[in-house]
Amino acid sequence: MNETKYIEESFKKVENILKKLKETSNANAVLLIDKAGQLITSIGDISSLDLTSFATLSAADFGATSQLAELIGEKSFSSLYHQGEKNSLYISLVANRVILAVLFDSKTTLGLVKVRTKHASAELEKILDDLFEKLKVSPKKEVFDRSFLKEAEEELDKLFGP
Amino acid sequence: MALINYAAREINVKIVYYGPGLSGKTTNIKYIYEKLSPDLKGQLVSVATEQERTLFFDFLPIDLGNVRGFKTRFHLYTVPGQVFYNASRKLILKGVDGIVFVADSQIERMDENIESFENMIENLESYGMKLEDIPYVLQYNKRDLPNIASVEELQKNLNKDGVPYFEAIATKGVGVFETLKEIAKMVIRHLSSKAPA
Repeated sequence: MNETKYIEESFKKVENILKKLKETSNANAVLLIDKAGQLITSIGDISSLDLTSFATLSAADFGATSQLAELIGEKSFSSLYHQGEKNSLYISLVANRVILAVLFDSKTTLGLVKVRTKHASAELEKILDDLFEKLKVSPKKEVFDRSFLKEAEEELDKLFGP
Repeated sequence: MALINYAAREINVKIVYYGPGLSGKTTNIKYIYEKLSPDLKGQLVSVATEQERTLFFDFLPIDLGNVRGFKTRFHLYTVPGQVFYNASRKLILKGVDGIVFVADSQIERMDENIESFENMIENLESYGMKLEDIPYVLQYNKRDLPNIASVEELQKNLNKDGVPYFEAIATKGVGVFETLKEIAKMVIRHLSSKAPA
């Protein structure tokens, strides 16, 4: 199996875990975000959500809270909970690299979300550890070849003028 | 490092606007947001104080469209310039692909420019990154003000690596898109630099 194929298949596995998490916890949506604030994938009802902003702010939220944790002598806070009137948010760190955000309302409880998230995290961790190991070999070369460069530069010229 | 999402066929590139307080980082991003057509841009997110000083960051995603089957997107961030917000600045540099250093051209702000530039190098080093390994450009902003340092002087103090630089008046949009275009191209080139012919 080539690298790209392997990565795509790993992502499918990740998405299946997220789907299961959403269903068993009765949450509205589940999002996987990298620590730099970029959305990796999402499951569930996210039609009304500005995903890009959501991902950025979640990562910033997590980053800021980790600094707070250090100030009180903790390495980091492994999870965050934001309670709203209708919707709430539970955010946790998986495999020390990616952020798992679960969006839920009164259809479920924080307790259930926490338990299901813990299970899902353990499964995700296995796949992600393996995946990131492969990524170290950097599949970038396949994507960022000369023709990519040329096309990207043309798009930039179109966008901002030559 | 640029995030490549193979499943969604997306490439996300992170560009950070760095520089001292009030040098015009947010003004750059706001101008870009105002001028870009709606189908190319996402929401402008600002985490700012009530006085509109950046507290944490501003954020603007820009879509480059499809390049070789990959949806390519630039994420523009600003850092809070004020000295005491260093913890936030450091966080935003995480995973950066390219930097625009926005300097304030006014003579009395030279020390702050230099201090901020050194602070950027230190913050990058805390992540094990070296400035010379990251594409970056300089923007000498506020060229319309009366008490400004000459470009030679700014170059001497800030551009020891001889990277591309732009004179700008961000409030009027002068130099804003030129700066963005150059850093975007440099980042793409940098990502391709190790690719086989």
